[in-house]
Amino acid sequence: MSEQLLDVQDLRVMLPTRKGLLTAVDGVSMSIAAGEVLGVVGESGAGKSLTGAAITGLLEPPLYIANGKIELEGKRIDNLSYSKMRRIRGKQIGAIFQDPLTSLNPLYSVGRQLVETITTHLPVSDAVAKRQAIDLLKEVGLPAAEARIGHFPHQFSGGMRQRVVIALALCANPRLIIADEPTTALDVSIQAQIIRLLKRLCREHKTAVMLITHDMGVIAETADRVAVMYAGRIVEVGPVKDVIKNPHHPYTVGLMNSIPSIAREVEWLTQIDGAMPRLNDIPDGCAFHPRCPHAFERCRRERPNLIPMRNSQAACWLCKKEGADEQRQ
Amino acid sequence: MSSDNKPLVRARNLTRHFDVSPPFLNRVLEGKQRQFVKAVENIDFDIARGETFALVGESGCGKTTVARMLVGLERPTSGSMEFDGTDIALLKTRREMRQYRRRMQMIFQDPYASLNPRWRVMSIVAEPIRSFGTVKGNDAVRARVFKLLRQVGLGEDDAYNYPHEFSGGQRQRIAIARALATRPEFVVCDEPTSALDVSVQAQILNLMKRLQKELGLSYLLITHDLAVVHHIASRVGVMYLGHLCESADTRTIFSAPRHPYTKLLLETLPDLSMQGRQRVPMAGEVPSPMNPPSGCVFHPRCPYAMEICKKKLPERQNVGHELVACHAYQAEK
Repeated sequence: MSEQLLDVQDLRVMLPTRKGLLTAVDGVSMSIAAGEVLGVVGESGAGKSLTGAAITGLLEPPLYIANGKIELEGKRIDNLSYSKMRRIRGKQIGAIFQDPLTSLNPLYSVGRQLVETITTHLPVSDAVAKRQAIDLLKEVGLPAAEARIGHFPHQFSGGMRQRVVIALALCANPRLIIADEPTTALDVSIQAQIIRLLKRLCREHKTAVMLITHDMGVIAETADRVAVMYAGRIVEVGPVKDVIKNPHHPYTVGLMNSIPSIAREVEWLTQIDGAMPRLNDIPDGCAFHPRCPHAFERCRRERPNLIPMRNSQAACWLCKKEGADEQRQ
Repeated sequence: MSSDNKPLVRARNLTRHFDVSPPFLNRVLEGKQRQFVKAVENIDFDIARGETFALVGESGCGKTTVARMLVGLERPTSGSMEFDGTDIALLKTRREMRQYRRRMQMIFQDPYASLNPRWRVMSIVAEPIRSFGTVKGNDAVRARVFKLLRQVGLGEDDAYNYPHEFSGGQRQRIAIARALATRPEFVVCDEPTSALDVSVQAQILNLMKRLQKELGLSYLLITHDLAVVHHIASRVGVMYLGHLCESADTRTIFSAPRHPYTKLLLETLPDLSMQGRQRVPMAGEVPSPMNPPSGCVFHPRCPYAMEICKKKLPERQNVGHELVACHAYQAEK
């Protein structure tokens, strides 16, 4: 797996609390190739944002990486010191967050923020950096970039701010961008614009993107592969087409069916009863078994690992032949 | 009493402007002008008994202001708003308004903010019952709360817990139980599922649909999610910058949209069937309602804009059963 840009092996993120250690991300392994868009979906609390934060080295204490390794272009980055990680962040890994207003500094003009980021990571003068900043703003589709470079974040609309944030993430031409819910705070008509922009940029720059979202629609349109997370674990991973059209894990099946669609007319939506377990009482065995319509004895006892299927992988006993036989009994 | 074919809610030329002028002294000394945000402009719609009318639109289009006016949290600047035959915009005193308040209730977007964190669920759900005195006596109130909680799929034990002990979906169930406590006929749901995860959203939508069947409720659903609208609404109104551009029954809106904005809005729906259809994203952004564009407010973003669209506001046109405000259809006539 040497050609992978990012390789995460058995990542475990723990959270110490007064009542003991909680596991927020439990044995997540994933890899992203250069120029690939990997979607990570799941409900709130599934650990998808924490996985992203762990990769960028932005886990907030007391959260910490307890196990596993993260490699970027073959070099380990999970055990680097704060200052070394700072140099990688922004230069090799860019980040886009959900709320564009809070990820920009309200006291600096967007031009100054862009110039600062460029000169921090690249050996260029301020004047050159400013020219690059204008080019970047043009590239992300900001009209009248020369005039608006001196404007402050509050003078932009939500969609324009998110464009500025994307320009910031692209400053040093990173190899990987972690986009955490980049379209959630935006209106539907703006969402489509931003998704298109992200897609075009990563095609042109050959940037890999880890797209974290709860919106299956966004994933379907943007990602090449998708990883579905539930209670801190990846339950299904594979090419988008396979996972969406032919999901194997009962959670993915339920998730897909619970999304209202204008393509079909149904009286009742399929619902997954209950809610995702809290971190302090994740059930034994498969974490999904209390909500699973197909759960059987083995699911309560033993936790399934990802089982390879034709194109995708799913962590469900039913995907093993003997598991399916066992359930029938 | 009203006959059955009369709509429960009827809004005519409903308008709401907000005064955002600079203070009086600044106007006098600096010669600044008065300024108004035209949040809602001349809106007409009917909601029949037992039906779900959905208002869709992007943020800032005025849909929440319409909802707030209907339940009496906001007074219209002009226009009428009839509830069961009475124009509630004309009611002067709180006492007159009060008898209508019992009959209409509201469910809010954020179940983390709409429940009092210091009250137990019992007190939260019992408050409207006690306030309107629909049930007398502590035991009877408690029995009514239990019944409501069971109706929304919670247990009786849940009545003694605090809101923070519940997940988002369960909290929204509590909010629904509270809204139903006074046996309303009309419930305004302001983005009831947009703060929830999809699997929980399905639970809440199913619950809302079931309750509508059981109790004969009429809903006004405010949302930006067209897929939710398609699933639950019988009629749809599409709003843009305070104007109602199109209203029609759900099937027509989705199969034969007329207004260009509706068409573009449908275009933004993600394609989950993965047929590789390329969407054409809508260009531009919603202008500020403080100085809306001249003529048709949608013309700067409209791919079919003509000369007349820049000058004249299109009038509402009845095309069959639908209402559409677009010059293209006026020309057709």
